Amino acid sequence: MTSAGGGGAVRGGFDRGGVERVDAERLAALPPMPADDDGPAFEAPWQAQAFALAVKLSEEGHFTWKEWAGTLADELAEAEARGEPDDGSRYYHHWVAALERLVVDRRLSTAAALDDRREAWADAYRHTPHGQPVELRRTD
Amino acid sequence: MDESEGRPVGRRGFIRDAAVGAAAFAAPGKLMGSQDESHRHSHEHGHDHGHDHDHEHQDVPPDIALRVRALESVLVEKGMVDSAALDEIVDTYENRIGPRNGAEVVARAWVDSAYRERLLADGTAAIGELGHLGGQGEHMKVVANTPEVHNLVVCTLCSCYPWPTLGLPPVWYKSAPFRARAVIEPRAVLSEFGLDVPEDVEVRVWDSTAEIRYLVLPERPAGTEDMTEEELVGIVTRDSMIGVARVETPSGGEPGGDA
Repeated sequence: MTSAGGGGAVRGGFDRGGVERVDAERLAALPPMPADDDGPAFEAPWQAQAFALAVKLSEEGHFTWKEWAGTLADELAEAEARGEPDDGSRYYHHWVAALERLVVDRRLSTAAALDDRREAWADAYRHTPHGQPVELRRTD
Repeated sequence: MDESEGRPVGRRGFIRDAAVGAAAFAAPGKLMGSQDESHRHSHEHGHDHGHDHDHEHQDVPPDIALRVRALESVLVEKGMVDSAALDEIVDTYENRIGPRNGAEVVARAWVDSAYRERLLADGTAAIGELGHLGGQGEHMKVVANTPEVHNLVVCTLCSCYPWPTLGLPPVWYKSAPFRARAVIEPRAVLSEFGLDVPEDVEVRVWDSTAEIRYLVLPERPAGTEDMTEEELVGIVTRDSMIGVARVETPSGGEPGGDA
């Protein structure tokens, strides 16, 4: 599915090391994802970040790509069983849920720690003036 | 807050913190540019210390985005994944996924002067004509580069970026040095991007916010008269729509010619 060879001006930055590896074989192993002709399509920054996290964690050996694809498929199947519309609109929500599940399963972190961290980020946003980088203060 | 046309308000207290090394503090939706970056001492408008009306604190991102941040920050902290490597993937994808929508807007404006007028008068509506508005309800304002004026867009948050038209913000756009320095010394920043703006060209810096986002309409390069709209889409870069680059005439000769 990659047509990375194209390389017009807009796509000039694509042919960099590392990412091509992600495309063809690994994306093919995943359940169908929102994509255009060139690969995964994101609608918001968090989706790309979640995508990158799964790719990198797998590259680092914390789980195999096959395990990742399986976990994601489970999430999607459960969503379908709950009667959620299968129109791709929540694909990356399921992606994030699968990521959380695998991270906890592999004891890379705990559900409680992730929850606390999420709250900490929300808090940081609420207390950071516009125009300044949002940063976490260390809490431990 | 006033969301009227962004008219020049000169440099006010917006950059008060920048001079002491913090990030630039920007009033929402206003032109805060300066064509003379040597005036960094001019934060005489100092009474607004940290209380700049209704955008004092940042919008909390949606829960799902916070969950991703939580995952990322926990795992990076534990050394399980490298933050720069994540950025690299994101940066690579944003280069090719997003900006095409914006490029279509620009190319249309280049070939259709009536569209250009509508675009500059009401960016939100004109971009909507091409179907490229997100569901966020944010206002889009399009600012045109001319031989006299060069526009540069900056913001302080990744959320303050017109991603329906430009895709995901590049990593450097979110960096503290860019955000602070784009306001203080826009010409120097542009020059680091390889763009030297002549002294007699005014540089205007626009601050994006959650409510209003900016898109630069770059100048159509010379020598592209024979190119089709579709071909023009292909030469418009993301950086040119942020204002850190010009659109270059395609090298390798006569576009649309006998090649």
